[in-house]
Amino acid sequence: MSLDNAPDAAFNEALIKEVLAQYPEKAAKRRGRHLNVKKTDDAGSSCGVKSNIKSVPGVMTIRGCAYAGSKGVVWGPVKDMLHISHGPVGCGHYSWSQRRNYFNGTVGIDSFVTMQITSDFQERDIVFGGDKNLEKMIDELNDLFPLNKGISIQSECPIGLIGDDIEAVAKKKNKDIGKPVVPVRCEGFRGVSQSLGHHIANDAIRDWVFEKTKPEWETGPYDVNLIADYNIGGDAWPSRRLLEEMGLRVVGMWSGDATLAEMERAPKAKLNLIHCYRSMNYICRHMEEKYNIPWVEYNFFGPSQIAKSLRKIASQFDETIQANAEKVIAKYEGLVAAVLAKYKPRLEGKKVMLYVGGLRPRHVANAYDDLGMTIVGTGYEFAHNDDYQRTTDYVKDGTLIYDDVSGYELEKFIEKIRPDLVGSGIKEKYATQKMGVPFRQMHSWDYSGPYHGYDGFAIFARDMDMAINSPIWSKFKAPWKAA
Amino acid sequence: MPRQIAFYGKGGIGKSTTSQNTLAALVEMDQKILIVGCDPKADSTRLILNTKLQDTVLHLAAKAGSVEDLELEDVMKIGYKGIKCTESGGPEPGVGCAGRGVITAINFLEENGAYDDVDYVSYDVLGDVVCGGFAMPIRENKAQEIYIVMSGEMMALFAANNIAKGILKYAGSGGVRLGGLICNERQTDRELDLAETLAKRINTQLIHFVPRDNVVQHAELRRQTVIQYKPDCQQAIEYRNLATKIHANGGKGTIPTPISMEELEDMLIEFGIMKTDEQALADLQAKEASLCSAG
Repeated sequence: MSLDNAPDAAFNEALIKEVLAQYPEKAAKRRGRHLNVKKTDDAGSSCGVKSNIKSVPGVMTIRGCAYAGSKGVVWGPVKDMLHISHGPVGCGHYSWSQRRNYFNGTVGIDSFVTMQITSDFQERDIVFGGDKNLEKMIDELNDLFPLNKGISIQSECPIGLIGDDIEAVAKKKNKDIGKPVVPVRCEGFRGVSQSLGHHIANDAIRDWVFEKTKPEWETGPYDVNLIADYNIGGDAWPSRRLLEEMGLRVVGMWSGDATLAEMERAPKAKLNLIHCYRSMNYICRHMEEKYNIPWVEYNFFGPSQIAKSLRKIASQFDETIQANAEKVIAKYEGLVAAVLAKYKPRLEGKKVMLYVGGLRPRHVANAYDDLGMTIVGTGYEFAHNDDYQRTTDYVKDGTLIYDDVSGYELEKFIEKIRPDLVGSGIKEKYATQKMGVPFRQMHSWDYSGPYHGYDGFAIFARDMDMAINSPIWSKFKAPWKAA
Repeated sequence: MPRQIAFYGKGGIGKSTTSQNTLAALVEMDQKILIVGCDPKADSTRLILNTKLQDTVLHLAAKAGSVEDLELEDVMKIGYKGIKCTESGGPEPGVGCAGRGVITAINFLEENGAYDDVDYVSYDVLGDVVCGGFAMPIRENKAQEIYIVMSGEMMALFAANNIAKGILKYAGSGGVRLGGLICNERQTDRELDLAETLAKRINTQLIHFVPRDNVVQHAELRRQTVIQYKPDCQQAIEYRNLATKIHANGGKGTIPTPISMEELEDMLIEFGIMKTDEQALADLQAKEASLCSAG
């Protein structure tokens, strides 16, 4: 066990070799490209891994599919739209209730996020096509839920296999019901992970939402869109409050607690602020090209990143906003000091391993740093090369990096590194805890949150303390030790 | 268990006509027969039923809600001398998945006892083996022997070779065999010779060479097989011969050895059906030269 607090590059490199040795030659070669340690040399910093490549068959991967990326991540949280899981019942059923995308509204009346709406394909629909049913379904939905603002069609695999023309249905029903109907070609078999689903969903916003309506309202100089915050456990709300306290006007918040209208009017904003770069950089780039709206990445995890981000955002505006940003930062200094005073002594020096989706493996790193903790290993399910480049700014040299890590690899890494905390998802949670290692879910915030913003940081610190310093660990006895 | 056979071949080659005439001859030999039409066009049984098109499993299922709502009697019609007729049917062109339809229909027929109490089950399958659905009769211990209907035309030969590939794919796991080639005469050059050569190359036999005879068209216009329309004509005798050969061919099928595209093209060049690239270019130049000199 490495007791040194800084990541031990030599130890990690040996560990990667040891893990790969268990694979057959071909698999070892393929997986070897996804495992490395972060290094800095004359050429700059690099995580040194390949990414966004098909998983090796036979290993346990944690990745999802394109449908998960579109329905589960990007479109699902748009609250005043009905999202049809178009195809057999399973995809919609097992993603029922969405992620923890909080929203204001009444389910079944004006908000539909947690509803499971599916065309429930039968053999007949496969053989004869599902178009007619889809049309009928849209009519029925519009009657049943008259306050819906639009409908999205989330394609499951069979739609692509049988070649149903959902675009034609969407155009026809758009005329019939007078509301946007958005076809999304997010068939699960497309791409190597949920990541392509995000891209396809972004393209659907571009092609089927923008410029389809003419939202008329008075624009202001401080109009911003808050993009790619999914409001997990309410994350977007403290984020929005910080921006508003700075004097900015948030005219769109995507897609946590979002309305369709916020998407429609987005091209009129002055600046796009993007939190989850991986899932929505596509639409930001499009708005930059087409509407000349610049975009800025920001990070609201932990006080040092929050302050940095607030200043970065403010620098896009005038002195008033810049002065406001300083005021906001100063206002929360007391809160931050109190949180650090309480939790830092309990968490300082603790080692953390992360394995999350496409943003948090880097974005939360400085929040841990603020608490005196160290990231010793991190990796993404579905990140691309540009995410790993960004990661180099967040983690120390020698940090173990693992892309699309397999169940076996992660387990081995945890066993050998013995971190004080692992942050990952539900599939990893119990296996890790049974190894005697504290764990927090970093997709759902383990049913807690929000973690964004200053308020969120207080909750984050409390939760990490709760996991690591729980008295339960003193009751944990290795089976080979005498009772 | 009944003996299960299937007719495959290029679209328009005369699979349905050949299969129905052969089966009409087989029924004369006191065989009890079930026809399973696996073509969305649903024209595999009209000569036996002497009707237009019969209601298909899938259209009736779509009307009733699902296949579970159907009874066997709804989808099975009795035709010429007691031949049982079913059609899988499928979607209109351009929508849905016809292949899945074939799978659904065959499973329904099997589960509901359509295969009980017959000596022969005959599948008549659309065109080429385009997807898994149309390979259904080859798979999972369904048809034991496949008969490929072909002619001396190039595309028919290509298709026959492709179908042999499909059979080879499932020969190991399911026990399907190639029964032989049936050549439907199109009066192309050296047709018999070519058919026999191809049969040898892909490790099978030319089971029968069916000569071209207009009486087939005359019978078809009346929605009848030749056997029924003119039982004593020469063509009826040809189909009886074919039926006798197929009847005697049980268990004698082979695992095909399909040849590569290049080998097939070389074979066609050998027979003078296809030109080599050099030849084609030379011909083209000669033609251009003659046009220029004429101009």
